[in-house]
Amino acid sequence: MATINELKERIHAGSSEEIVAEYLERIGGSKLNAFITVAKENARKCAKEIDSEGHDGSLAGIPVAIKDNISTKGILTTCASKILTGYVPPYDAHVIERLKDAGAVIIGKTNMDEFAMGTSTETSFYGPTRNPWDLDRVPGGSSGGSAAAVAGGEAPLALGSDTGGSVRCPASFCGVVGLKPTYGVISRYGLISYANSLEQIGPFATTVRDIAMLFDVIAGYDARDSTSVDKDVNYSSALKNDVSGLKIGVPEEYFGEGTDENVNKAVWNAIQKLEDLGATRIEVKMPHTKYALSAYYIIAMSEASSNLARFDGMRYGLRAEDSDWHSTFSQVRAAGFGDEVKRRILLGTYALSAGYHDKYYLKALKVRTLIKQDFELAFKDADVLIAPTMPYPAFRLGEKIDDPLSLYLADVDTVPINLAGVPSISVPCGFSHGLPIGMQVIGKHFDEATILRTAYTFEENTDFHTQQPEGL
Amino acid sequence: MIAKKDLEHIAWLSRLELSEEDMEKYTPRLNSVLDYFGELDEVDTEGVEPTYHVLPINNVFREDEINAPAKSLTQEEALSNAPKKQDGFFKAPRMM
Repeated sequence: MATINELKERIHAGSSEEIVAEYLERIGGSKLNAFITVAKENARKCAKEIDSEGHDGSLAGIPVAIKDNISTKGILTTCASKILTGYVPPYDAHVIERLKDAGAVIIGKTNMDEFAMGTSTETSFYGPTRNPWDLDRVPGGSSGGSAAAVAGGEAPLALGSDTGGSVRCPASFCGVVGLKPTYGVISRYGLISYANSLEQIGPFATTVRDIAMLFDVIAGYDARDSTSVDKDVNYSSALKNDVSGLKIGVPEEYFGEGTDENVNKAVWNAIQKLEDLGATRIEVKMPHTKYALSAYYIIAMSEASSNLARFDGMRYGLRAEDSDWHSTFSQVRAAGFGDEVKRRILLGTYALSAGYHDKYYLKALKVRTLIKQDFELAFKDADVLIAPTMPYPAFRLGEKIDDPLSLYLADVDTVPINLAGVPSISVPCGFSHGLPIGMQVIGKHFDEATILRTAYTFEENTDFHTQQPEGL
Repeated sequence: MIAKKDLEHIAWLSRLELSEEDMEKYTPRLNSVLDYFGELDEVDTEGVEPTYHVLPINNVFREDEINAPAKSLTQEEALSNAPKKQDGFFKAPRMM
């Protein structure tokens, strides 16, 4: 799989058009269903312009795949939902403006769980995406299309969004690198909201260096997102092959019952590897971890019930036959949303409704405080935390989709990070029966530099990231 | 636990039309999730403040100008995706 620097050399010596054509050909012959929309004409035209006019941006001529909940001016954006049928955004998300400024070529919009609600990319109106390592297995979710595209060689870079693990989970299941930044580091302007206090856009790539290059382009202050934070950082310069003196906290709560034995083994081996390279290991306690799932789902569903109120068929998307106000909206929402989205809207509405607000929503927000405090305490001693990204490798298509609760439980190791708003990067750290395993390196607020350095050092001293799925 | 009557009310609040079949299908699944959420009852949150946002968030103001800081959409752009429109307006269903 080509890295960005390799592609840049090829573009310099040849053309972006040639590279874009190669990726389009791979997508055309693919069995993965990683894309909802392939932006062929747009990609060819952009590549041609870069070639003829030249461009000094850091991603000039490089194809990037975009999760289909990120607004792209003039390119269909569906959130993998029937309700957004035919929606073409009249504006670009902040991250898309940044990518265009850097010369990147938008190659297409990737498949996802409907409105990013899922852990398997099976709830898409456009059918499931398949895992490049085993076509009978899920790629993880909700950004499964983006991860599968990168792992399957259909795009060198991709963007996803991570509300409760939606970048890290598919990165882990597909054997690529995925980063969820600190809340506020990347503008959410143009990201179609699911649970706005939890989610961040995040990059996918095959190496930590490529993640840092993409992250450098998309991070930064934007006045149009009121939660955007003004921090000027050069992430690529943080990449040093050195962890001497680094204190790694290992929270035993993340290695609990229900975690696959091979996953435990791979993550412990990785920690040992980093110790061999000069890091020290300390134990940390995060006693409220077991309550993170419930708190997360209550908050996410509550925010979703409010955020998804905008889909009424009046300004965009599907429209029902007009009757009265209430019935028209109720019918278009019934016809346009899938089962999982409906369930989350219903539960969120319930958790916010009179008589239940304090029991569910307010309680979850208080538990969120305790979870955030767990992290603050752990980071008093540790520079980074290391844990499994997912408790097991990719499961089979259809295995969990009929039991929502068992799917929610898969997010046990990823959701606490979103509740606390801290950054976390998932990197490949082993295999179990031919399926990739990911570990997450979690950092303090705004300390992406340290988790990138840790992940980079691990990558430089291991070869898990160089292995590729066969037979695609 | 949610009974059918509660689900009808929540569906009304959510502007989601549910068929009899949907109600039967959703009720046990919603209840199993709510049952799981019940574990939060065992957490002592006496005196704990709720966290709505992880970082201190302040109001952000902008100049009261059409183009600052985000350029507004033109009327044509704003209406470009509307399934029904008339005379430069979104066309809504009747209120009554």
